[in-house]
Amino acid sequence: MAFVVSLIAGLVFGVGLIAAGMTNPMKVKGFLDLLNWDPSLALVMGGAIAVGVVGFMLAKGRKTSLTGEPMQLPNNTTIDGRLILGGVLFGAGWGIAGLCPGPAIAVAATGSLPVIIFVLTMLAGMVIHDRLLKRG
Amino acid sequence: MTIDWASFTPAAALIGGLLIGLSAVIYALGVGRIAGIAGILGGLLQGTTAGDRIRWGFVLGLVIAPWLWMAVAPMPPTATDVGLPLVILAGLLVGIGVRMANGCTSGHGVCGLSRFSLRSLVNVLAFIGAGMLTVFVLRHLLSIGG
Repeated sequence: MAFVVSLIAGLVFGVGLIAAGMTNPMKVKGFLDLLNWDPSLALVMGGAIAVGVVGFMLAKGRKTSLTGEPMQLPNNTTIDGRLILGGVLFGAGWGIAGLCPGPAIAVAATGSLPVIIFVLTMLAGMVIHDRLLKRG
Repeated sequence: MTIDWASFTPAAALIGGLLIGLSAVIYALGVGRIAGIAGILGGLLQGTTAGDRIRWGFVLGLVIAPWLWMAVAPMPPTATDVGLPLVILAGLLVGIGVRMANGCTSGHGVCGLSRFSLRSLVNVLAFIGAGMLTVFVLRHLLSIGG
């Protein structure tokens, strides 16, 4: 049951990304280009957060989820160099290609070769981090 | 700074955003987790751990989504404006960065800000700031892409 709920969440997420324009790298770069700024993505974030605020308020007090899986919402409040440097590295990559992880997976699934290569190098970057750059 | 009104698509952006938020809420209330792609992919890469079936479910949904979309309407453009070496560099930077900060646009951006997490806000400001600086340097100083 948890698998089905999760699959539906992924499906809604993917359709939302496509509708929002997040799977179009030029749209994303338009948002990041302050000299010729397309504010659309600010509304994507605003719309997502408007729904999210209500949902996470409902989720906050629960011990188990609706499928019986334990609630595993984060309680990490650490603000450190890794949080900021990680954001800067991610932002640089996001600005170069106009792709972030979710849209990249959805676009790679359509067979786009450059984006498949992006996803493979992104997964490699994750492994490089987890093997070599992880703290402790 | 000028605003590119010709490209501005407020209705589509808002509808897409509402769906993205709905997805995060289905995932949080339904299976008790943060719908963050960096965390989901990172978890799958770490070998067999509890919750892998749930993570695969989300990824499978995300992979099916464009095909469902294309059954009804044409897919919007997906091409980027940089060559393969820069695509590879971008992929590496995104992969390392999102794992280092434990989250990306979905985990810190959508879920974190919805939970009023200051930690997530700091990360979001870092990646949007770096993204804007990167596009400025590439497009307007080096004339790459655009």
